[in-house]
Amino acid sequence: MPAVSFQNVSKTYRGERASVRALDGVSFDIRKGEFFGLLGPNGAGKTTLISILAGLARATTGQVQVMGHDVVADYAAARMALGIVPQELVFDPFFSVRESLRIQSGYFGLRRNDDWIDELLVNLGLADKADSNMRALSGGMKRRVLVAQALVHRPPVIVLDEPTAGVDVELRQTLWSFIARLNREGHTVLLTTHYLEEAEALCSRIAMLKRGEVVALDRTANLLAGTASTMLRFKTDQPLPAAVAPQARVTGRIVQLTARDATEVESLLATLRGGGVNVEDLEIGRADLEDVFLEIMQGETRRPEVAAVA
Amino acid sequence: MKHPFRGARTLFYKEVLRFWKIVFQTVAAPVLTAVMYLLIFGHVLSDRVQVFDGVGYTSFLIPGLVMMSVLQNAFANSSSSLVQSKVTGNLVFLLVTPLSHWAWFAAYVGASVVRGLAVGGGVFLVTVWFSPPGLANPLWIVLFAILGAALLGALGLIAGLWADKFDQMAAFQNFIIMPMTFLSGVFYSVHSLPAFWNGVSHLNPFFYMIDGFRRGFFGVSDVSPWLSLAVVGASFVAVSAIALHLLKTGYKLRH
Repeated sequence: MPAVSFQNVSKTYRGERASVRALDGVSFDIRKGEFFGLLGPNGAGKTTLISILAGLARATTGQVQVMGHDVVADYAAARMALGIVPQELVFDPFFSVRESLRIQSGYFGLRRNDDWIDELLVNLGLADKADSNMRALSGGMKRRVLVAQALVHRPPVIVLDEPTAGVDVELRQTLWSFIARLNREGHTVLLTTHYLEEAEALCSRIAMLKRGEVVALDRTANLLAGTASTMLRFKTDQPLPAAVAPQARVTGRIVQLTARDATEVESLLATLRGGGVNVEDLEIGRADLEDVFLEIMQGETRRPEVAAVA
Repeated sequence: MKHPFRGARTLFYKEVLRFWKIVFQTVAAPVLTAVMYLLIFGHVLSDRVQVFDGVGYTSFLIPGLVMMSVLQNAFANSSSSLVQSKVTGNLVFLLVTPLSHWAWFAAYVGASVVRGLAVGGGVFLVTVWFSPPGLANPLWIVLFAILGAALLGALGLIAGLWADKFDQMAAFQNFIIMPMTFLSGVFYSVHSLPAFWNGVSHLNPFFYMIDGFRRGFFGVSDVSPWLSLAVVGASFVAVSAIALHLLKTGYKLRH
Protein backbone atom coordinates (compact mmCIF):
# COMPACT_ATOMS: atom_id res chain seq x y z
CA MET A 1 0.00 0.00 0.00
CA PRO A 2 1.46 3.39 -0.96
CA ALA A 3 1.51 6.23 1.58
CA VAL A 4 -0.25 8.53 -0.87
CA SER A 5 -2.03 7.57 -4.05
CA PHE A 6 -3.38 9.93 -6.72
CA GLN A 7 -5.50 8.18 -9.34
CA ASN A 8 -6.55 10.13 -12.40
CA VAL A 9 -7.16 13.32 -10.42
CA SER A 10 -8.71 16.22 -12.33
CA LYS A 11 -9.89 19.53 -11.01
CA THR A 12 -11.86 22.16 -12.86
CA TYR A 13 -12.62 25.48 -11.20
CA ARG A 14 -15.84 26.83 -12.61
CA GLY A 15 -15.73 30.61 -12.75
CA GLU A 16 -18.47 32.97 -13.85
CA ARG A 17 -16.89 33.60 -17.23
CA ALA A 18 -14.60 30.67 -17.86
CA SER A 19 -13.65 27.36 -16.33
CA VAL A 20 -10.04 26.68 -15.43
CA ARG A 21 -8.69 23.17 -15.60
CA ALA A 22 -6.15 23.18 -12.77
CA LEU A 23 -5.39 19.43 -12.84
CA ASP A 24 -5.80 17.02 -15.71
CA GLY A 25 -5.59 13.29 -15.04
CA VAL A 26 -2.82 13.29 -12.45
CA SER A 27 -1.80 9.79 -11.33
CA PHE A 28 1.15 8.74 -9.18
CA ASP A 29 1.93 7.01 -5.91
CA ILE A 30 4.24 8.01 -3.09
CA ARG A 31 5.73 5.01 -1.30
CA LYS A 32 5.95 4.71 2.44
CA GLY A 33 9.08 6.30 3.84
CA GLU A 34 9.85 8.26 0.68
CA PHE A 35 11.05 11.87 0.58
CA PHE A 36 9.11 12.95 -2.48
CA GLY A 37 9.35 16.24 -4.37
CA LEU A 38 6.55 17.88 -6.29
CA LEU A 39 7.88 20.58 -8.59
CA GLY A 40 6.42 22.88 -11.16
CA PRO A 41 6.13 26.55 -12.06
CA ASN A 42 3.52 28.82 -10.49
CA GLY A 43 0.04 27.81 -11.61
CA ALA A 44 1.07 24.25 -12.47
CA GLY A 45 -1.42 22.82 -9.97
CA LYS A 46 0.85 21.82 -7.07
CA THR A 47 -1.15 23.59 -4.39
CA THR A 48 -4.45 22.38 -5.89
CA LEU A 49 -3.20 18.80 -5.72
CA ILE A 50 -2.12 19.24 -2.10
CA SER A 51 -5.43 20.93 -1.24
CA ILE A 52 -7.30 17.91 -2.59
CA LEU A 53 -5.03 15.62 -0.56
CA ALA A 54 -5.76 17.64 2.60
CA GLY A 55 -9.51 17.86 1.99
CA LEU A 56 -9.36 21.65 1.46
CA ALA A 57 -10.57 21.16 -2.10
CA ARG A 58 -12.44 18.39 -3.86
CA ALA A 59 -11.34 16.66 -7.01
CA THR A 60 -13.72 16.96 -9.96
CA THR A 61 -12.86 13.38 -10.87
CA GLY A 62 -10.45 10.75 -9.59
CA GLN A 63 -9.47 9.30 -6.23
CA VAL A 64 -6.90 10.24 -3.61
CA GLN A 65 -5.87 7.99 -0.74
CA VAL A 66 -3.65 8.52 2.29
CA MET A 67 -2.37 5.30 3.87
CA GLY A 68 -5.18 3.47 2.08
CA HIS A 69 -7.93 5.84 3.29
CA ASP A 70 -9.96 7.73 0.71
CA VAL A 71 -9.78 11.46 1.44
CA VAL A 72 -13.51 11.94 0.87
CA ALA A 73 -15.24 8.70 1.91
CA ASP A 74 -12.91 8.03 4.85
CA TYR A 75 -11.78 11.59 5.53
CA ALA A 76 -11.26 11.25 9.28
CA ALA A 77 -8.75 8.40 8.97
CA ALA A 78 -7.06 10.07 6.00
CA ARG A 79 -6.61 13.35 7.90
CA MET A 80 -5.34 11.56 11.01
CA ALA A 81 -2.55 10.19 8.80
CA LEU A 82 -1.69 13.56 7.28
CA GLY A 83 0.16 16.62 8.57
CA ILE A 84 -0.03 19.67 6.31
CA VAL A 85 2.18 22.73 6.52
CA PRO A 86 0.20 25.31 4.54
CA GLN A 87 1.87 27.73 2.19
CA GLU A 88 0.18 30.85 3.59
CA LEU A 89 1.59 32.27 6.80
CA VAL A 90 -1.60 31.99 8.87
CA PHE A 91 -2.06 32.05 12.65
CA ASP A 92 -4.74 32.53 15.28
CA PRO A 93 -4.05 35.87 16.98
CA PHE A 94 -5.95 34.95 20.14
CA PHE A 95 -3.52 32.33 21.39
CA SER A 96 0.06 31.71 22.49
CA VAL A 97 2.30 29.18 20.76
CA ARG A 98 1.67 26.50 23.37
CA GLU A 99 -2.08 27.14 23.40
CA SER A 100 -2.19 26.83 19.61
CA LEU A 101 -0.35 23.51 19.75
CA ARG A 102 -2.52 22.15 22.58
CA ILE A 103 -5.69 23.15 20.73
CA GLN A 104 -4.43 21.55 17.52
CA SER A 105 -3.65 18.34 19.47
CA GLY A 106 -7.15 18.35 20.89
CA TYR A 107 -8.73 18.54 17.43
CA PHE A 108 -7.01 15.23 16.71
CA GLY A 109 -8.35 13.72 19.93
CA LEU A 110 -5.06 14.00 21.82
CA ARG A 111 -4.90 15.10 25.43
CA ARG A 112 -1.75 15.48 27.54
CA ASN A 113 0.39 15.86 24.45
CA ASP A 114 2.87 18.19 26.17
CA ASP A 115 5.87 15.85 26.00
CA TRP A 116 5.66 15.76 22.22
CA ILE A 117 4.78 19.48 22.04
CA ASP A 118 7.92 20.26 24.07
CA GLU A 119 10.00 18.10 21.75
CA LEU A 120 8.59 19.93 18.74
CA LEU A 121 9.29 23.30 20.34
CA VAL A 122 12.90 22.36 21.10
CA ASN A 123 13.57 20.84 17.69
CA LEU A 124 12.13 23.80 15.84
CA GLY A 125 13.92 26.37 18.00
CA LEU A 126 10.71 27.64 19.58
CA ALA A 127 11.31 26.67 23.20
CA ASP A 128 11.73 30.26 24.42
CA LYS A 129 8.65 31.42 22.49
CA ALA A 130 6.21 28.87 23.95
CA ASP A 131 4.26 31.44 25.94
CA SER A 132 4.47 34.29 23.43
CA ASN A 133 1.32 35.35 21.67
CA MET A 134 1.28 34.41 18.01
CA ARG A 135 0.95 38.07 17.03
CA ALA A 136 4.28 38.87 18.67
CA LEU A 137 6.28 36.41 16.56
CA SER A 138 8.34 37.23 13.48
CA GLY A 139 7.43 35.68 10.14
CA GLY A 140 10.09 32.99 10.46
CA MET A 141 8.89 32.06 13.94
CA LYS A 142 5.28 31.86 12.75
CA ARG A 143 6.44 29.51 9.99
CA ARG A 144 8.04 27.25 12.61
CA VAL A 145 4.77 27.16 14.55
CA LEU A 146 2.97 26.12 11.37
CA VAL A 147 5.36 23.20 11.05
CA ALA A 148 4.83 22.25 14.71
CA GLN A 149 1.04 22.46 14.31
CA ALA A 150 1.19 20.07 11.36
CA LEU A 151 3.14 17.55 13.44
CA VAL A 152 1.22 17.53 16.76
CA HIS A 153 -0.49 14.23 15.97
CA ARG A 154 2.69 12.53 14.65
CA PRO A 155 1.25 11.97 11.18
CA PRO A 156 2.87 9.19 9.12
CA VAL A 157 2.64 11.45 6.04
CA ILE A 158 3.99 15.01 6.22
CA VAL A 159 3.21 17.52 3.48
CA LEU A 160 5.24 20.72 3.21
CA ASP A 161 3.88 23.23 0.70
CA GLU A 162 6.77 25.59 -0.03
CA PRO A 163 7.84 25.69 3.61
CA THR A 164 11.00 27.71 3.00
CA ALA A 165 9.53 30.47 0.83
CA GLY A 166 10.96 33.68 2.24
CA VAL A 167 12.58 32.21 5.34
CA ASP A 168 16.11 32.70 6.56
CA VAL A 169 18.99 30.27 6.26
CA GLU A 170 18.88 29.33 9.94
CA LEU A 171 15.29 28.16 9.79
CA ARG A 172 15.90 26.25 6.60
CA GLN A 173 18.68 24.31 8.25
CA THR A 174 16.71 23.73 11.47
CA LEU A 175 13.70 22.64 9.48
CA TRP A 176 15.52 20.32 7.12
CA SER A 177 17.52 18.56 9.79
CA PHE A 178 14.32 17.93 11.74
CA ILE A 179 12.29 16.80 8.72
CA ALA A 180 15.15 14.56 7.57
CA ARG A 181 15.20 12.98 11.02
CA LEU A 182 11.44 12.33 10.88
CA ASN A 183 11.93 10.84 7.41
CA ARG A 184 14.66 8.51 8.75
CA GLU A 185 12.27 7.47 11.51
CA GLY A 186 9.81 6.33 8.84
CA HIS A 187 7.62 9.36 8.09
CA THR A 188 6.77 9.88 4.43
CA VAL A 189 7.45 13.44 3.26
CA LEU A 190 5.89 15.26 0.32
CA LEU A 191 7.60 18.55 -0.46
CA THR A 192 6.83 21.30 -2.91
CA THR A 193 9.45 23.97 -3.22
CA HIS A 194 10.74 26.66 -5.53
CA TYR A 195 14.28 26.01 -4.35
CA LEU A 196 15.39 23.28 -6.68
CA GLU A 197 18.66 22.70 -4.87
CA GLU A 198 16.57 21.74 -1.82
CA ALA A 199 14.60 19.23 -3.84
CA GLU A 200 17.80 17.85 -5.37
CA ALA A 201 19.43 17.48 -1.97
CA LEU A 202 16.44 16.02 -0.12
CA CYS A 203 14.09 14.20 -2.46
CA SER A 204 14.75 10.68 -3.64
CA ARG A 205 11.99 10.90 -6.22
CA ILE A 206 10.44 13.83 -8.03
CA ALA A 207 7.28 14.53 -9.99
CA MET A 208 7.07 17.62 -12.17
CA LEU A 209 3.76 19.24 -12.94
CA LYS A 210 3.09 21.53 -15.87
CA ARG A 211 -0.31 23.02 -16.63
CA GLY A 212 -2.02 20.43 -14.47
CA GLU A 213 -0.28 17.39 -15.92
CA VAL A 214 2.58 15.19 -14.74
CA VAL A 215 5.37 15.76 -17.27
CA ALA A 216 8.14 13.94 -15.43
CA LEU A 217 8.25 11.35 -12.69
CA ASP A 218 11.42 9.55 -11.75
CA ARG A 219 14.17 9.09 -9.21
CA THR A 220 16.07 12.34 -8.81
CA ALA A 221 19.29 10.62 -9.91
CA ASN A 222 17.66 9.34 -13.11
CA LEU A 223 16.23 12.75 -13.93
CA LEU A 224 19.68 14.25 -13.60
CA ALA A 225 21.28 11.48 -15.64
CA GLY A 226 18.65 11.36 -18.35
CA THR A 227 19.05 14.89 -19.51
CA ALA A 228 21.78 17.10 -20.88
CA SER A 229 24.24 16.56 -18.08
CA THR A 230 26.97 19.06 -18.80
CA MET A 231 26.69 22.74 -18.15
CA LEU A 232 28.73 25.56 -19.69
CA ARG A 233 28.83 28.81 -17.79
CA PHE A 234 30.64 31.94 -19.00
CA LYS A 235 30.50 35.72 -19.21
CA THR A 236 30.25 37.78 -22.34
CA ASP A 237 29.26 41.21 -23.62
CA GLN A 238 28.40 40.15 -27.18
CA PRO A 239 25.02 39.00 -28.42
CA LEU A 240 24.73 35.22 -28.87
CA PRO A 241 24.50 33.67 -32.33
CA ALA A 242 20.98 32.68 -33.39
CA ALA A 243 21.92 28.98 -33.33
CA VAL A 244 22.48 28.90 -29.55
CA ALA A 245 20.46 31.89 -28.27
CA PRO A 246 17.10 30.06 -27.80
CA GLN A 247 18.53 27.39 -25.47
CA ALA A 248 20.69 29.74 -23.39
CA ARG A 249 19.87 30.95 -19.89
CA VAL A 250 21.08 34.54 -19.66
CA THR A 251 21.39 36.48 -16.39
CA GLY A 252 23.00 39.84 -17.12
CA ARG A 253 26.45 39.03 -18.49
CA ILE A 254 26.28 35.41 -17.38
CA VAL A 255 25.29 32.80 -19.95
CA GLN A 256 24.50 29.15 -19.23
CA LEU A 257 24.26 26.45 -21.89
CA THR A 258 23.71 22.72 -21.51
CA ALA A 259 25.34 19.96 -23.54
CA ARG A 260 24.93 16.19 -23.62
CA ASP A 261 28.59 15.30 -23.97
CA ALA A 262 32.07 16.58 -24.78
CA THR A 263 31.43 16.64 -28.53
CA GLU A 264 28.46 18.92 -28.06
CA VAL A 265 30.59 21.16 -25.80
CA GLU A 266 33.14 21.47 -28.56
CA SER A 267 30.59 22.29 -31.22
CA LEU A 268 28.90 24.89 -28.96
CA LEU A 269 32.23 26.61 -28.34
CA ALA A 270 32.94 26.54 -32.07
CA THR A 271 29.56 28.13 -32.82
CA LEU A 272 30.24 30.85 -30.25
CA ARG A 273 33.70 31.54 -31.64
CA GLY A 274 32.27 31.61 -35.18
CA GLY A 275 29.63 34.10 -34.04
CA GLY A 276 32.31 36.45 -32.71
CA VAL A 277 31.45 35.89 -29.04
CA ASN A 278 34.28 36.62 -26.61
CA VAL A 279 33.93 33.90 -23.91
CA GLU A 280 35.26 34.95 -20.47
CA ASP A 281 35.59 32.95 -17.22
CA LEU A 282 34.40 29.70 -18.78
CA GLU A 283 33.35 26.97 -16.35
CA ILE A 284 32.21 23.50 -17.28
CA GLY A 285 30.21 21.53 -14.69
CA ARG A 286 27.47 19.03 -14.12
CA ALA A 287 23.88 20.14 -14.81
CA ASP A 288 21.70 20.44 -11.72
CA LEU A 289 18.00 19.96 -11.16
CA GLU A 290 17.30 23.51 -12.22
CA ASP A 291 18.57 22.71 -15.71
CA VAL A 292 16.51 19.54 -15.87
CA PHE A 293 13.50 21.48 -14.70
CA LEU A 294 13.92 24.19 -17.32
CA GLU A 295 14.52 21.68 -20.07
CA ILE A 296 11.34 19.79 -19.19
CA MET A 297 9.26 22.92 -18.69
CA GLN A 298 10.43 24.44 -21.98
CA GLY A 299 9.52 21.30 -23.93
CA GLU A 300 6.25 22.14 -25.65
CA THR A 301 5.14 18.57 -26.16
CA ARG A 302 4.57 16.04 -23.47
CA ARG A 303 7.52 13.71 -23.13
CA PRO A 304 6.03 10.22 -23.38
CA GLU A 305 9.30 8.43 -22.60
CA VAL A 306 9.44 10.12 -19.23
CA ALA A 307 5.72 10.02 -18.52
CA ALA A 308 5.78 6.29 -19.29
CA VAL A 309 7.80 5.74 -16.11
CA ALA A 310 4.73 6.81 -14.17
CA MET B 1 -10.53 8.74 15.65
CA LYS B 2 -10.23 7.18 19.07
CA HIS B 3 -11.96 9.97 20.99
CA PRO B 4 -14.55 11.58 18.74
CA PHE B 5 -15.92 13.85 21.45
CA ARG B 6 -12.53 15.15 22.51
CA GLY B 7 -12.09 16.97 19.22
CA ALA B 8 -15.49 18.64 19.47
CA ARG B 9 -14.79 19.51 23.11
CA THR B 10 -11.50 21.12 22.16
CA LEU B 11 -13.17 23.26 19.51
CA PHE B 12 -15.89 24.24 21.99
CA TYR B 13 -13.25 25.15 24.57
CA LYS B 14 -11.29 27.14 21.98
CA GLU B 15 -14.40 29.05 20.92
CA VAL B 16 -15.25 29.91 24.54
CA LEU B 17 -11.63 30.90 25.22
CA ARG B 18 -11.70 33.13 22.14
CA PHE B 19 -14.51 35.35 23.41
CA TRP B 20 -13.33 35.11 27.00
CA LYS B 21 -9.96 36.62 26.03
CA ILE B 22 -11.81 39.72 24.82
CA VAL B 23 -14.50 39.63 27.52
CA PHE B 24 -14.69 43.41 27.75
CA GLN B 25 -15.82 43.62 24.16
CA THR B 26 -17.88 40.43 24.01
CA VAL B 27 -19.64 40.47 27.39
CA ALA B 28 -19.18 43.75 29.29
CA ALA B 29 -20.02 46.03 26.34
CA PRO B 30 -23.37 44.37 25.46
CA VAL B 31 -24.34 44.40 29.14
CA LEU B 32 -23.72 48.14 29.26
CA THR B 33 -25.76 48.65 26.07
CA ALA B 34 -28.72 46.78 27.57
CA VAL B 35 -28.53 48.85 30.76
CA MET B 36 -28.66 52.03 28.63
CA TYR B 37 -31.80 50.76 26.91
CA LEU B 38 -33.37 50.08 30.29
CA LEU B 39 -32.53 53.50 31.69
CA ILE B 40 -33.72 55.41 28.63
CA PHE B 41 -36.76 53.43 27.53
CA GLY B 42 -37.76 52.66 31.11
CA HIS B 43 -37.71 56.37 31.92
CA VAL B 44 -39.41 57.59 28.73
CA LEU B 45 -42.05 54.90 28.28
CA SER B 46 -42.89 53.78 31.80
CA ASP B 47 -46.18 55.75 31.98
CA ARG B 48 -47.21 55.41 28.34
CA VAL B 49 -47.00 51.76 27.42
CA GLN B 50 -49.57 49.25 28.65
CA VAL B 51 -48.16 45.77 29.02
CA PHE B 52 -49.57 42.96 31.16
CA ASP B 53 -52.04 43.78 33.94
CA GLY B 54 -50.25 44.39 37.20
CA VAL B 55 -46.80 44.39 35.59
CA GLY B 56 -44.82 47.64 35.58
CA TYR B 57 -43.12 48.65 32.33
CA THR B 58 -39.56 48.47 33.69
CA SER B 59 -40.19 44.97 35.09
CA PHE B 60 -41.65 43.99 31.73
CA LEU B 61 -38.69 45.42 29.85
CA ILE B 62 -35.99 43.58 31.84
CA PRO B 63 -36.67 40.03 30.53
CA GLY B 64 -37.03 41.43 27.01
CA LEU B 65 -33.63 43.07 27.18
CA VAL B 66 -32.07 39.97 28.73
CA MET B 67 -33.41 37.79 25.91
CA MET B 68 -32.45 40.30 23.23
CA SER B 69 -28.88 40.26 24.57
CA VAL B 70 -28.85 36.46 24.69
CA LEU B 71 -29.99 36.21 21.07
CA GLN B 72 -27.79 38.93 19.57
CA ASN B 73 -24.65 37.73 21.32
CA ALA B 74 -25.23 34.08 20.51
CA PHE B 75 -25.50 35.09 16.86
CA ALA B 76 -22.46 37.34 17.05
CA ASN B 77 -20.27 34.63 18.56
CA SER B 78 -20.45 31.91 15.92
CA SER B 79 -20.76 34.31 12.99
CA SER B 80 -17.88 36.62 13.85
CA SER B 81 -15.58 33.77 14.85
CA LEU B 82 -16.13 31.99 11.54
CA VAL B 83 -15.80 35.08 9.36
CA GLN B 84 -12.67 36.10 11.23
CA SER B 85 -11.11 32.67 10.72
CA LYS B 86 -12.04 32.73 7.06
CA VAL B 87 -10.66 36.22 6.46
CA THR B 88 -7.40 35.58 8.33
CA GLY B 89 -7.09 32.12 6.81
CA ASN B 90 -6.57 30.26 10.07
CA LEU B 91 -9.69 28.17 9.48
CA VAL B 92 -7.28 25.86 7.65
CA PHE B 93 -6.15 24.53 11.06
CA LEU B 94 -9.67 23.23 11.56
CA LEU B 95 -10.28 22.10 7.99
CA VAL B 96 -7.34 19.66 8.05
CA THR B 97 -8.59 17.90 11.20
CA PRO B 98 -10.78 14.79 11.32
CA LEU B 99 -13.61 16.74 13.03
CA SER B 100 -17.03 15.84 11.62
CA HIS B 101 -19.75 18.31 10.68
CA TRP B 102 -21.53 17.30 13.90
CA ALA B 103 -18.46 18.26 15.91
CA TRP B 104 -18.23 21.67 14.21
CA PHE B 105 -21.93 22.28 14.78
CA ALA B 106 -21.93 21.23 18.44
CA ALA B 107 -18.83 23.26 19.24
CA TYR B 108 -19.82 26.50 17.51
CA VAL B 109 -23.43 26.39 18.71
CA GLY B 110 -22.35 25.35 22.22
CA ALA B 111 -19.94 28.27 22.54
CA SER B 112 -22.62 30.63 21.21
CA VAL B 113 -24.99 29.43 23.93
CA VAL B 114 -22.32 30.05 26.58
CA ARG B 115 -21.68 33.59 25.28
CA GLY B 116 -25.42 34.33 25.01
CA LEU B 117 -26.07 33.12 28.55
CA ALA B 118 -23.03 34.97 29.91
CA VAL B 119 -24.25 38.27 28.47
CA GLY B 120 -27.90 37.57 29.33
CA GLY B 121 -26.92 36.64 32.89
CA GLY B 122 -24.86 39.82 33.14
CA VAL B 123 -27.74 41.98 31.91
CA PHE B 124 -30.10 40.30 34.37
CA LEU B 125 -27.77 40.74 37.34
CA VAL B 126 -27.26 44.44 36.60
CA THR B 127 -30.88 45.33 35.74
CA VAL B 128 -32.81 43.16 38.21
CA TRP B 129 -32.23 45.74 40.99
CA PHE B 130 -34.21 48.43 39.15
CA SER B 131 -37.50 46.57 39.30
CA PRO B 132 -37.43 42.82 40.08
CA PRO B 133 -39.70 41.06 37.57
CA GLY B 134 -40.53 37.96 39.64
CA LEU B 135 -39.82 34.30 38.84
CA ALA B 136 -43.13 32.56 38.13
CA ASN B 137 -41.67 29.56 36.32
CA PRO B 138 -37.85 29.42 36.10
CA LEU B 139 -37.95 26.32 33.88
CA TRP B 140 -39.41 28.32 30.98
CA ILE B 141 -36.70 30.94 31.51
CA VAL B 142 -33.88 28.42 31.27
CA LEU B 143 -35.47 26.49 28.41
CA PHE B 144 -36.17 29.48 26.18
CA ALA B 145 -32.80 31.10 26.94
CA ILE B 146 -30.88 27.97 25.92
CA LEU B 147 -33.07 27.11 22.93
CA GLY B 148 -33.08 30.72 21.67
CA ALA B 149 -29.31 31.01 22.05
CA ALA B 150 -28.80 27.70 20.23
CA LEU B 151 -31.11 28.80 17.39
CA LEU B 152 -29.23 32.07 16.95
CA GLY B 153 -25.88 30.30 17.31
CA ALA B 154 -26.86 27.98 14.45
CA LEU B 155 -28.10 30.95 12.42
CA GLY B 156 -24.77 32.67 13.08
CA LEU B 157 -23.02 29.56 11.83
CA ILE B 158 -24.93 29.78 8.54
CA ALA B 159 -24.23 33.50 8.23
CA GLY B 160 -20.55 32.95 9.03
CA LEU B 161 -20.26 30.26 6.36
CA TRP B 162 -22.06 32.41 3.80
CA ALA B 163 -20.27 35.71 4.40
CA ASP B 164 -16.89 36.22 2.77
CA LYS B 165 -16.29 39.64 4.25
CA PHE B 166 -17.03 41.55 7.43
CA ASP B 167 -19.45 43.94 5.71
CA GLN B 168 -21.60 41.07 4.45
CA MET B 169 -21.70 39.84 8.03
CA ALA B 170 -22.67 43.30 9.29
CA ALA B 171 -25.45 43.44 6.67
CA PHE B 172 -26.87 40.13 7.90
CA GLN B 173 -26.75 41.40 11.47
CA ASN B 174 -28.14 44.90 10.83
CA PHE B 175 -30.80 44.09 8.23
CA ILE B 176 -32.09 40.76 9.54
CA ILE B 177 -31.16 40.03 13.14
CA MET B 178 -31.57 43.55 14.55
CA PRO B 179 -35.00 44.32 13.03
CA MET B 180 -36.33 40.89 13.93
CA THR B 181 -35.29 41.26 17.57
CA PHE B 182 -36.46 44.87 17.86
CA LEU B 183 -39.85 44.08 16.29
CA SER B 184 -40.45 40.96 18.36
CA GLY B 185 -41.88 42.57 21.49
CA VAL B 186 -38.74 43.36 23.45
CA PHE B 187 -40.00 46.87 24.18
CA TYR B 188 -43.77 46.32 24.05
CA SER B 189 -46.45 43.67 24.29
CA VAL B 190 -47.66 42.82 20.79
CA HIS B 191 -51.31 42.84 21.92
CA SER B 192 -51.01 46.63 22.21
CA LEU B 193 -50.29 46.82 18.45
CA PRO B 194 -52.94 47.40 15.72
CA ALA B 195 -54.45 44.10 14.57
CA PHE B 196 -52.41 43.97 11.34
CA TRP B 197 -49.04 44.46 13.03
CA ASN B 198 -50.07 42.13 15.81
CA GLY B 199 -50.64 39.47 13.12
CA VAL B 200 -47.32 40.22 11.43
CA SER B 201 -45.52 39.88 14.76
CA HIS B 202 -46.87 36.36 15.07
CA LEU B 203 -44.91 35.42 11.93
CA ASN B 204 -41.63 36.39 13.59
CA PRO B 205 -39.99 33.45 15.40
CA PHE B 206 -38.15 35.92 17.65
CA PHE B 207 -41.52 36.95 19.09
CA TYR B 208 -42.08 33.42 20.40
CA MET B 209 -38.62 33.26 21.99
CA ILE B 210 -39.17 36.48 23.89
CA ASP B 211 -42.80 35.76 24.76
CA GLY B 212 -41.98 32.29 26.07
CA PHE B 213 -39.00 33.61 28.01
CA ARG B 214 -41.13 36.33 29.60
CA ARG B 215 -43.72 33.73 30.59
CA GLY B 216 -41.17 32.32 33.01
CA PHE B 217 -40.98 35.64 34.86
CA PHE B 218 -44.61 36.80 34.95
CA GLY B 219 -46.70 33.66 34.46
CA VAL B 220 -48.57 35.51 31.67
CA SER B 221 -47.73 35.83 27.99
CA ASP B 222 -49.28 36.89 24.67
CA VAL B 223 -49.49 33.29 23.44
CA SER B 224 -49.28 29.88 25.13
CA PRO B 225 -45.70 28.97 26.07
CA TRP B 226 -46.28 25.56 24.51
CA LEU B 227 -47.00 27.18 21.17
CA SER B 228 -43.85 29.27 21.60
CA LEU B 229 -41.87 26.16 22.44
CA ALA B 230 -43.18 24.40 19.35
CA VAL B 231 -42.32 27.33 17.05
CA VAL B 232 -38.86 27.89 18.54
CA GLY B 233 -38.13 24.16 18.61
CA ALA B 234 -39.19 23.68 14.99
CA SER B 235 -37.15 26.73 13.93
CA PHE B 236 -34.11 25.33 15.72
CA VAL B 237 -34.47 21.97 13.98
CA ALA B 238 -34.89 23.62 10.56
CA VAL B 239 -31.96 26.04 10.97
CA SER B 240 -29.75 23.28 12.40
CA ALA B 241 -30.55 21.01 9.46
CA ILE B 242 -29.45 23.74 7.05
CA ALA B 243 -26.28 24.48 9.05
CA LEU B 244 -25.36 20.78 9.23
CA HIS B 245 -25.98 20.34 5.53
CA LEU B 246 -23.72 23.31 4.69
CA LEU B 247 -20.99 21.97 6.97
CA LYS B 248 -21.27 18.47 5.56
CA THR B 249 -21.06 19.61 1.95
CA GLY B 250 -18.25 22.05 2.78
CA TYR B 251 -20.19 25.08 1.51
CA LYS B 252 -17.65 27.86 0.91
CA LEU B 253 -15.16 25.85 2.97
CA ARG B 254 -13.94 23.06 0.72
CA HIS B 255 -13.86 24.14 -2.90
